[in-house]
Amino acid sequence: MKHMLKSIFRSGKFVAGFAIFAAILLGVLIYPIFVPDPPLKIIAQGTFFEPGIYVSVYDSLSAPTHILNLDEASTKRITSKLSEDDRVAIQKWLVGAGIPEAEIDLANTEQLLEQWFSNYDSTKRVAGMTNADRNYYIRLNTAVTGLLGDEGVSIAVVNPDTGVLEEIGTVLATDYVNVGEVANVRVLPLGTDNFGRDVLTELVAATRVSLQIGLVAGIIATLIGLILGLVSGYIGGFVDDAIMFITNLFTVIPSFVLLILISFSIGQDKRGPFMVAMVIGFTSWVWTARAVRSQVISLRNRDHVNLSKLSGHSITHIILADILPYIASYVVMALILQISSGILAEAGLSILGLGPRTTDMPTLGLMMQWAMIYQAHILGKWWAYFPVIITIAMITFSMNLMNTGLDQVFNPALRE
Amino acid sequence: MAVFYFEKEAVLKGYQKYFLNKVLWFIVTLVAAFILNFILPRLMPGDPVAAIVSRMAQGMSNSSGVQAIYEQYTELFGTNKPMIEQFFIYMRNVVHGDFGFSIAQYPRTVSDVIRSSIMWTIGLQFPAIIVGWLIGNTLGALAAYLKGGFDKVLMPVSIFLSNLPAFGMAVILLVIFSVTLKWFPTSGGYGFDLIPNMSWKFVWSVIVHYQLPFWSIVLITIGGQAIGMRSMSIYELNADYVKYSRFMGIKDRKIVSYVFRNAMLPQITGLALSIGTMVGGALVAEIIFSYPGLGSTILTAVLGGDYPLISATTLIITVMVLAANFLIEIIYGFLDPRIKSAQAD
Repeated sequence: MKHMLKSIFRSGKFVAGFAIFAAILLGVLIYPIFVPDPPLKIIAQGTFFEPGIYVSVYDSLSAPTHILNLDEASTKRITSKLSEDDRVAIQKWLVGAGIPEAEIDLANTEQLLEQWFSNYDSTKRVAGMTNADRNYYIRLNTAVTGLLGDEGVSIAVVNPDTGVLEEIGTVLATDYVNVGEVANVRVLPLGTDNFGRDVLTELVAATRVSLQIGLVAGIIATLIGLILGLVSGYIGGFVDDAIMFITNLFTVIPSFVLLILISFSIGQDKRGPFMVAMVIGFTSWVWTARAVRSQVISLRNRDHVNLSKLSGHSITHIILADILPYIASYVVMALILQISSGILAEAGLSILGLGPRTTDMPTLGLMMQWAMIYQAHILGKWWAYFPVIITIAMITFSMNLMNTGLDQVFNPALRE
Repeated sequence: MAVFYFEKEAVLKGYQKYFLNKVLWFIVTLVAAFILNFILPRLMPGDPVAAIVSRMAQGMSNSSGVQAIYEQYTELFGTNKPMIEQFFIYMRNVVHGDFGFSIAQYPRTVSDVIRSSIMWTIGLQFPAIIVGWLIGNTLGALAAYLKGGFDKVLMPVSIFLSNLPAFGMAVILLVIFSVTLKWFPTSGGYGFDLIPNMSWKFVWSVIVHYQLPFWSIVLITIGGQAIGMRSMSIYELNADYVKYSRFMGIKDRKIVSYVFRNAMLPQITGLALSIGTMVGGALVAEIIFSYPGLGSTILTAVLGGDYPLISATTLIITVMVLAANFLIEIIYGFLDPRIKSAQAD
């Protein structure tokens, strides 16, 4: 056993797959300790908030202020305020006023504003400009001038007795707060989804549930496949014929179709994650049964099995002691594959609208379905679907890597 | 001469046996699939007709319509009759192409809904799977033969592709090529402002809408096939007959053709066995592109609680997969020399 583990962990592919898988598992286990929120809690009012650090505006007003004199500050402020349309409008005016177009650089805010202030004159008539345009430029000028000023903004509250606004403080352009001193800061590394839930918290919970679904489905499928394969391979005869008939049937009848049919018949309310896992397990044992059977047939007439028979051991004993150990490595590999295909099956079912009921737990497939229904992919809200795809791909990739590694350890012929 | 006749007869016998076997198996699976399609929903707790009627009552305001569907389904399922009789009623209706009315799209019939979507799915999936299979096998064989840099690039790419779920590939292609680059439309099977007809404008619109769903299925298929073909070819390239042929001084090209023919056979069997899974994945990919095929039909049926539509769609998909499987087996029969030489024993 020790020797076997050693040789398994000497396989680079297995170790790489194992490391990725362990990292995912660790993340799933550790994250909830730091962010214990329920995964389906709606925290945001509105859909698809971008990933980032959200600082409470209210609390930052009462946080201690620090004065920082930074040269770039006003330029940055104007750059972020001056929209692309405004820039184009300024350029149009300047060109109309006789500035050569080559001298105007739309990206260079500082130069653009300098040209604007030195040339703008509200009384000047530019050819082809309507009255509405003129008013627009006057407004634009006021807005831009206001941006440059540093008088600050007043904070006022309504006096409950008189109903009059009373100034309680001013915020200067040079005032800063330390994010650490603001009472309420929420980091949303992956933003929020269409319902206003924290995507990362949801993703971690979904990964956990999907892994559980995969595990349950994989164990059920492997157990059924193992038992049927053992019985059919070892006993042979009519039992073998009957089991093989059923197995061959389910090989060609697509399991996906059975999944759809059964899931739909069960109905949305009764479809919990565990139920979905069971259905997946019961429809995907076919490959394991076939493979186990062919291995058992090749083992059935080996000397040690015959010896065991002659010694009068029972069938259970022979299967457990003389056959199972030889196919154990194969069964483990089959289990790993079943888990990863179970996770994929859940995702496919959920996109079709046949996943677990949506009220108690997220799964990777459900997250994908929500993102697709709310058109996150067309609206460019990558954080709602891309992390989900990556997570699914990483799980299946790590499992396939582990499997290939194991295959090479147990099947010396495959070693390169 | 006598020997020649004898051989020919034996060959024919070998074929005959093989094809007869396959036809028989096709019929058996078809019947089994049909029975499963009938019996699975009825094994579930609750009365399917009652469930349908309760779902219908929520969605419809037209009470005479509800009444019509209720009668239609009591007739179609005949739930008050014994199971065996229900089965024959169901079978007779299905043979006549009568799947009843669609609930979500009432007053359209289920066969009408399916007729309008099935060609999209067949037109998309089977060419895509075949093209993907051909490209994948060619690449895999080349990787095994050329080794070196080609192999080193192709293998990681294939492993990556084969680990991506079909819908993941669909989303990624969609975001890159239609949302960001705007080269292709984001959804549908043809322009939303067009009515299906045979004009050039419509055909062009169909072709443009076809590209992304098609290539997403092709890419996914390539990954798995290339990996399989590569290991199969490596195994064959190291086989004794290759070494022996080399000793005999047979030309390299000739040997390679032997090798690939032999490596190809398990890949054909593999295609037959995995075509069901591929179709399942591709159905989900259809949904991402809102392609008007059976995948999208299933989604609307599920969302609308449209039981008759689901049942008919799954039956049609099963029949399609079984037929594809049967076709592949028949082609395999012509390609595998062992079947030709099987002495009807």
